[in-house]
Amino acid sequence: MRFVRKTHYYQDIQLFRHGGQVFWYALLGIVITGAPLVLSDFYLGELSLVFIYAIAGIGLMLLTGYTGLVSLGHAAFLAIGAYSHAWFLSQGWPFLLSLPCAMLLSALVGGVIAVPALRMTGIYLAVATLAFAIIVEQVLIHWESVTGGFRGMMVELPHVAGLELETPVYFYYFCLLILVLSLLVAINLLRSPTGRAMTAIRDSEISAESMGIHLAYTKSLAFAISAGFTGLAGGLLAHKIGYLAPDSFTLLTSIQLLLMVVVGGLGSLHGVIYGAIFIGLLPQGIAILRDYLPGIIARIPGLEPGIFGLILVLVLIYEPLGIHGRWLKIRSYFELFPLYRRATHKRQRSYLRTERLR
Amino acid sequence: MSLLVASNLSLAFGGVHAVEDVSFAVETGEIFSIIGPNGAGKTTLFNLISRIYDVDSGRIEFDGRDISRVPTHQIAELGIARTFQNTELFEQETVLRNLLIGQHVHRRTSLIEELLFLPRVRRQELDFRKDVEDVIDLLDLQHYRHQVIANLPYGVRKMVEVARALCMRPRLLLLDEPSSGLNPEETDDLAFQIEDINEELGITIIMVEHDMNLVSMTSNRVMALADGRLLAVGDPKAVQSHPDVLKAYLGD
Repeated sequence: MRFVRKTHYYQDIQLFRHGGQVFWYALLGIVITGAPLVLSDFYLGELSLVFIYAIAGIGLMLLTGYTGLVSLGHAAFLAIGAYSHAWFLSQGWPFLLSLPCAMLLSALVGGVIAVPALRMTGIYLAVATLAFAIIVEQVLIHWESVTGGFRGMMVELPHVAGLELETPVYFYYFCLLILVLSLLVAINLLRSPTGRAMTAIRDSEISAESMGIHLAYTKSLAFAISAGFTGLAGGLLAHKIGYLAPDSFTLLTSIQLLLMVVVGGLGSLHGVIYGAIFIGLLPQGIAILRDYLPGIIARIPGLEPGIFGLILVLVLIYEPLGIHGRWLKIRSYFELFPLYRRATHKRQRSYLRTERLR
Repeated sequence: MSLLVASNLSLAFGGVHAVEDVSFAVETGEIFSIIGPNGAGKTTLFNLISRIYDVDSGRIEFDGRDISRVPTHQIAELGIARTFQNTELFEQETVLRNLLIGQHVHRRTSLIEELLFLPRVRRQELDFRKDVEDVIDLLDLQHYRHQVIANLPYGVRKMVEVARALCMRPRLLLLDEPSSGLNPEETDDLAFQIEDINEELGITIIMVEHDMNLVSMTSNRVMALADGRLLAVGDPKAVQSHPDVLKAYLGD
């Protein structure tokens, strides 16, 4: 077991807590940056998609995992990001201006949507955001002059300073860069007062309010930041799929995003990455696996969604803390070896909660 | 000088008069206890002062300023901190983060600075941490610093809640039944800690409490309520032997 000797308070807020973390993250960085040397374009494309999902997931995690507001409408922000980016590009804006603008627009819409949604929590908020997503979907279909309706919309090829970003390798690195920056911003938010205010709202609104936290402002802010990240991911996704149509951003996409943060582990940024890998790679993994399975099993129609659903249900029943929670338990098993007992992680009975003053 | 003046406060929930025409004043630097049988309106009074409920009629003045229409989240900025009867901590967070949230009112950084974690934010975090550590030392919470609230025993949670309120560096501290759920030893410790908070930090305290021993050990003055009405105010002994108070507790 590792004991970190602490001599300064800064050690509790710095990015890497000890040498072990530096080592493992450096190794991960080398593997990820070196991946294009060995992987084919197809796999690079799949990994880019994982990165894009992860960026969107950071947004949803900040909202659902850290502020405690469930959204079933994040496909709408993905769509707003993607369509506005594509539209700005078609108007001749440079790529590096268009992408931040798409992100800001998405954040702005998120902040505005939050205002009527502020009084709702839990399932009611989920239904309200769901309604919002359906509205956005209808707008995409009917606002033909901008979105092209059902015919869809071509996304122009991304060019940055003479670099052809559409080649898989460059696109891979660009998505990776954006993901790392997004993670950094999210970490910074969470270790500063505003991020703490968000987690405070998640755990007890009444208490947060008497600590001087402005509930309405902080919740809208959480919505805006969350929508901003998801819009940014939408902008990248536009290039990944190349051709935008309303059926790329349906309810199913929203649910996928939500499942991603739940399966990954609510309330941790690690969970976002695990969830993105799960959502992004599992369907492909199953498809590849099919080739090696005996004919009778391989020919079952709908094998992918079946296995997908099965894993989800199992995670929710046996590991509500998600993949990240499971990893923490495995790690503590080895840290505490041979003292680990099965009851170590039995959840404690929660003590009485006051009647909510709502 | 009076720090808090409540005049003719009334609040009714439908036909139930939770607080009816209650007036009192709390002097700067004193420990003021509110006692009374169950349902007397003590916690409701706290919720009125911390602006969780709106008063039906009456006025609350804090430091000469009318606060009966101030938005709830600004109460903390004015310097009023509170604890809750059954603890309202941020369950999924560590003790340290709970206490840091207590510092929220003192933040001076903007969102953009925080997203980039500029040196100013870092300095502020270190300042916060230093203040939090002072409170941890005062209330002996060193062992629990990095533990998640959900894993802590009830007595410790109560102290963490007091600590979180102290992190706001308030001028007025409202303690809602600080000794409920504590064993006799913990209650004794609590009495000393309440006196420390009052004397060393110079914080005025209003306390709702059922434990008469704790009340008479610590309080300068006591107010007795029953059925939303004020029965008596004065020094602990006099109030405890006041005929109306005895009647409210024991019946005729």
